[in-house]
Amino acid sequence: MAERRFVTIDGNEATSSIAHLCNEVMAIYPITPSSGMGELTDAWAAAGKKNIFGTIPHIVEMQSEAGAAGAVHGSLQAGALTCTFTASQGLLLMIPNMFKIAGELTSTVFHVSARTVATHALSIFGDHSDIMACRSTGWAFLAADSVQEAQDMSLLAYAATLESRVPFLHYFDGFRTSHEVNKIEELTADDVKAMIDMQLVEAHRDRALNPDRPKLRGTAQNPDVFFQAREACNPFYDRVPAVVEGVMDKFAAITGRQYHLFDYVGAADAEQVIVSMCSGSGVAEEAVDYLTARGAKVGLVKVRLYRPFSSQAFVDALPKTVKTLAVLDRTKEPGALGEPLYLDVVAALAENWPDALPRVIGGRYGLSSKEFTPAMVKAVFDEAAKETPRKHFSVGIKDDVTNLSLPYDPSFSTEADDVVRAVFYGLGSDGTVGANKNSVKIVGENTPLYAQGYFVYDSKKAGSVTVSHLRFSPRPIKGSYLVSKANFVACHQSVFVEKLDMLSIAEQGATFLLNSPFGPDEVWDSLPIETQQQIVDKQLKLYVVDAYRVARDAQMGVRINTVMQTCFFKLANVLPEDEAIARIKDTITKTYGKRGETILKRNFAAVDGALSALHKVEVPSEVTSKYHLTAGFQGEAEPFVLNVLGEIMAGNGDRLPVSAMPVDGTFPTGTTQYEKRSVALDIPIWDAEICIQCGLCSLGCPHAAIRMKAYPPEALEGAPDGFVAVDWKGKEYPGWKMTVQVAPEDCTGCGLCVDVCPAKSREAAKHRAINMQPKLDHLEKERANYKFFLSIPDVDRATVKADTVKGSQLLLPLFEYSGACAGCGETPYLKLITQFFGDRMLACNATGCSSIYGGNLPSTPYCKNATGQGPSWSNSLFEDNAEFGFGYRLAIDQQIEYTGGLLKKLAGALGDDLVSALLANKQETEEEIARQRQAVAELRDKLAGIDDPAAKALLASADFLIRRSVWIIGGDGWAYDIGYGGLDHVFACGRDVNILVLDTEVYSNTGGQASKATPRGAVAKFAAGGKPSGKKDLGMMAMSYGNVFVGQISLGANPLHAIRTIRAAEAYRGTSLIIAYAHCIGHGINMTTGMSLQKEAVACGYWPLYHFDPNAQPRPFSLDSKPPKGAFKDFAMQQARFAMLARAKPEDSERLLRLGQDDINRRWNLYEQLAATTRGAGNGEEKQEKEVQA
Amino acid sequence: MSVDLRTKYLGLELKNPLVVAACPLTQSIDNLKRLEEHGAAAAVLPSLFEEQITHEEVEFSRAQDFGTESFAESLTYFPEPAEYRATPDIYLDTIRDAKKAVSMPIIGSLNGVSRGGWTEYARRIEEAGADALELNIYLIAADMNLSGAQIEEKYLELVAAVKQSLSIPLAVKVGPYFSSPGHMATRIAEAGADGLVLFNRFLQPDIDLDELRISPKLKLSNPYELLLPLRWVAILHGRVGASLALTSGIHSETGLIKALLAGADAGMVASVLYQEGLEKVAAILAGLAEWMREKEYLSVEQLKGSMSQENCPDPAAFERGNYMKALTTFAGEPI
Repeated sequence: MAERRFVTIDGNEATSSIAHLCNEVMAIYPITPSSGMGELTDAWAAAGKKNIFGTIPHIVEMQSEAGAAGAVHGSLQAGALTCTFTASQGLLLMIPNMFKIAGELTSTVFHVSARTVATHALSIFGDHSDIMACRSTGWAFLAADSVQEAQDMSLLAYAATLESRVPFLHYFDGFRTSHEVNKIEELTADDVKAMIDMQLVEAHRDRALNPDRPKLRGTAQNPDVFFQAREACNPFYDRVPAVVEGVMDKFAAITGRQYHLFDYVGAADAEQVIVSMCSGSGVAEEAVDYLTARGAKVGLVKVRLYRPFSSQAFVDALPKTVKTLAVLDRTKEPGALGEPLYLDVVAALAENWPDALPRVIGGRYGLSSKEFTPAMVKAVFDEAAKETPRKHFSVGIKDDVTNLSLPYDPSFSTEADDVVRAVFYGLGSDGTVGANKNSVKIVGENTPLYAQGYFVYDSKKAGSVTVSHLRFSPRPIKGSYLVSKANFVACHQSVFVEKLDMLSIAEQGATFLLNSPFGPDEVWDSLPIETQQQIVDKQLKLYVVDAYRVARDAQMGVRINTVMQTCFFKLANVLPEDEAIARIKDTITKTYGKRGETILKRNFAAVDGALSALHKVEVPSEVTSKYHLTAGFQGEAEPFVLNVLGEIMAGNGDRLPVSAMPVDGTFPTGTTQYEKRSVALDIPIWDAEICIQCGLCSLGCPHAAIRMKAYPPEALEGAPDGFVAVDWKGKEYPGWKMTVQVAPEDCTGCGLCVDVCPAKSREAAKHRAINMQPKLDHLEKERANYKFFLSIPDVDRATVKADTVKGSQLLLPLFEYSGACAGCGETPYLKLITQFFGDRMLACNATGCSSIYGGNLPSTPYCKNATGQGPSWSNSLFEDNAEFGFGYRLAIDQQIEYTGGLLKKLAGALGDDLVSALLANKQETEEEIARQRQAVAELRDKLAGIDDPAAKALLASADFLIRRSVWIIGGDGWAYDIGYGGLDHVFACGRDVNILVLDTEVYSNTGGQASKATPRGAVAKFAAGGKPSGKKDLGMMAMSYGNVFVGQISLGANPLHAIRTIRAAEAYRGTSLIIAYAHCIGHGINMTTGMSLQKEAVACGYWPLYHFDPNAQPRPFSLDSKPPKGAFKDFAMQQARFAMLARAKPEDSERLLRLGQDDINRRWNLYEQLAATTRGAGNGEEKQEKEVQA
Repeated sequence: MSVDLRTKYLGLELKNPLVVAACPLTQSIDNLKRLEEHGAAAAVLPSLFEEQITHEEVEFSRAQDFGTESFAESLTYFPEPAEYRATPDIYLDTIRDAKKAVSMPIIGSLNGVSRGGWTEYARRIEEAGADALELNIYLIAADMNLSGAQIEEKYLELVAAVKQSLSIPLAVKVGPYFSSPGHMATRIAEAGADGLVLFNRFLQPDIDLDELRISPKLKLSNPYELLLPLRWVAILHGRVGASLALTSGIHSETGLIKALLAGADAGMVASVLYQEGLEKVAAILAGLAEWMREKEYLSVEQLKGSMSQENCPDPAAFERGNYMKALTTFAGEPI
């Protein structure tokens, strides 16, 4: 037997390693936080890793979780051992098949990284609302508390499902366990083989459908027998607890780790006992250990097998001295007598407790990964020990509305003195998290110490702050909670010093390592009062390193990860310095070895340069600073924005009480303006003398951080010194001035504006009308300039030539400063649409990147114009977005009809002129819309004076008289895959909705999994060997209906075409589909030149531009780009997604690129034929019919 | 009358003096087979570029890191490649495959300017089975702080370092832009080069008038380019302790014959193969044999260097005298 080794991995890897060994087929679909499991198995399969049956599992990505469940069901029926991985809404989509699979007593395991189900808001984080929604499916539930258990329970689930025939949900906490890195003892393939009974595997296969032994499943049954048949499975469920106990005992004999259905820990004579499952149990156990060591009579029951719930085993696990049971549920079931685990415990005791029942109280904790700490555990015990404790409570929040929350003492800590507890504040781009993951591995796999790492990210994709929590301990680390008292704090970015209170977490005498451009003699003066105070009060040891200089010298750019990692090991004394350096270099070799000698050498140079750049700082005895920390929102805003959203922004969201939160998930728009994140190092500076006023910089800016205004000269009154204005070049505003202005603190420094700027200096061609320059040289001036710029009134929309690039950029963007990636290819489209239609826009957004940067707290980028109008936005689900937006339209149309009826009814009192003006206005131009707004205002005035119920009703619905623009927005994962069924139906219905597909050709938000939009030959997750099939032609599918307006656009390649196609689509009184090329990080490109790459995409025919207008006669299809020029391969090889395959599998790459070229040629030929095709005679009638409907 | 086309280049016994120069054609094993069938005596594989490797490594690494570990839902954007063959790995595989596929000598090629990892790559090329290595030193002396002497030292250091790591023969391909090319050639040979390849054709930048940007232009050679290396082969023949190969401008048997007459041990072709196909190799060789028969040369060895500066009847013609003669006799051609 192979010897077991200790590995340091996360819960997802621990789980998928077993799943890979135990299965022949896996049908998968990405969803956070479970995607990692499918990604690993897919990568392993691509690398030829085999299961215990000696074959490489077949991994297939489906179009949705519903599809994955269906494929699993089918594969099981055909005899393969099959599994899947999922969470949250994904698990909910599997429920119908789960009922079927259980009803057919089919052995399988679904691995779930339990995640919050979206209610008032989506959350990617962990709780048990998803698994609890599956209780009635008939599956067995096996819970894992930790990374070690994620692996162990995974294997136990396979052994048990084969023996019992009942399918198993194997679950653990999303993020807290799925993403926690911890040192575990790895099971070997021999262990797995020893646990999996091949006779049971054969039995499973024997039950498969087989034409040689035909049988039939999935019958329809009637009232006469369905009930009895449903009861026929009872013995199988009755056996499950014994089966699980049996496999647990067998597992213990093999590995030495003994589990039970319910494991009790704590005092043998405990009087207060907590019942919990998953990672909360680890936290509770740490608290129980601490408290019992100090004489407390407390204990904990860890629930392993939650379904079928063995009430006898539960009762047997409890000490008979128990007086109060506190049952903790990580879910909320509004309206229930209690949460599910609580109710099960009450029922179990009622059925089996031998004497007078102990008291049972139930509480909620940890929803959406809310921190759950030993301090909260103690609060629960304290409550349970009371004479009359609350029957129902919550813990971890302050509920000042229904007063259910337990108070707790945050200073209560069970952290042991001999544990290294380190917290690191970094930026996503600086490599901090990656280095810390490596540090955990270095310690975990090279020393006897146990190691734990957990990583917290903020909600931004550009300039995001990361916080790493690391523990190194001589004992296994059970407590899955953030480090509460750190003996080492590192700040990897000096800008954080001014904004984040990093030292409140530092304990007395801790070490504080700061990356700063200031040397040991100057750095003290750079710290704010609060930081200095804590350093003095807590007698912190302060060290400084100029990591950026070391990284620069080593040609590492902004990747300071290895520098800071080296300094950590130097200061933390986890390993002898020499050994630590050697291990760091080993890890660098393992991590970056494949990337080549250059990368290795540069990393090594950074390590070697780090130590000599590290300096201890002599700390003065007194605070000398003159400035304070500045956190939260800046500027003047309504109290809710400042006091609630601002607190979230400042990192104080955990402190907000229940009363601070909206009851139904409704939030104000336009709050990104208060953030002023200032993440750019360089910002664009305008050279007015060269500028040709084309507007491309403003059009291409993903963050609306560079804008253009035209205005009369008198608007310049009060302009700050240095505000630049030049004469407007254009006939429409004679004598006017114009300015192109950067928003210096909102710019992310991506450089796209420079990439698209066509104006070059005649003296030096590298100098353009927009040039990136160091922000600090311009910040103060440009901040004042931007403030003044915003105060200049916007131009009258009715006078703007909106169907030009230049004109479009005079319109106020109503989407600004989002948290999208620097250089994002999606957001310029959204911004443009809000410029055209934002003041009357209803947006629905499929879950994905655009919903995250569009609606992730604390700040929202959709905003309002000067009169308070702007996009109203919502997200329903990933899969239903088309239907959701279609619902908007139905409601609007109904309300229009209703309002029109009221208008006609009140025509006498209102005046026929006004009524007919309101009803006749087609609202196709800005002028007509302005006139309609005016007429509605007049209507309101008149209605106010009419005492009639109909007038009141009309007053309430008068807004519907302004034409509303419905936008259904989403990515390719939604449109091509999970939402396609609904999208197709919306095409078929022909209602007036506008569908924008931001096509990044991968599931960008979940980290680049392949979709049906992914091109042939591209490497993506779930297509690690290169996608073998071509991209689906969504536009053609929509065009096949004949009445859908379809446009394929690329803002980088042909902005004018994009503008006109978007406007034509919106003007079309039917269904419109726009497919927009959006470059993305997932392409592996230099994002600064994303727009230029779009040009190449169109030029080589990879992304032909076209529009299909059903009303255009005689040829509805217009091919709008030039015939392909240049090879697809030349375009492809500039992108890592294609280049990766060329390096990994050159022959496959060559073949797929050749086929990709064929795809291009074939599609172009087809489009050329379409462009030459005239529409049949039937269209006229159809058009008339549509006009009648409209 | 049969003629003996055999020659010795870099100590390698070649069946004839026609070698295929480093160019993309030789990266295909199929092409190598066809070239051998048509009679090519050896082939130099396309160069492994120092900057290309560095650039690829850095860019690839950047693409893999960019945007990672920033956002909880997308901690990475690409699967970790199970197998990843960097450019040098692919190159070494090509050498191995080529050695299996053909019997003619295969010469590896490195193109770079720094010592960097060259000694390591040179060693790996040898291990992969290359019969010799051609070091293509492509250095644009754009650093105003470096003197000519310093530049020359860099060349020599590089040659010495690579030579030290090799046991197979080393050829050095250089450009003509030295103050004293002959002296430099001697020193390169002294530093360890077993052969000199004259001359490198530098890729020259061009300006795109529409986009106002620099765009490199690669143009195939023409037969007139033969004359520059021809002069220097003739001057160096017999005076430098290294084999000589002439490259640039050999488009037919006449070019090859001239190269040999001037003193080259081998002539290299590339551009003409793009223009006229791989079968041109056979035509050139047939033309060479035919000419030798006509002129009653028995062997290439006999022919080699018979018109070098040392051996030609008019040695001054390779120096200033030729220039004078050209000027005084030029009558002009109708335009």
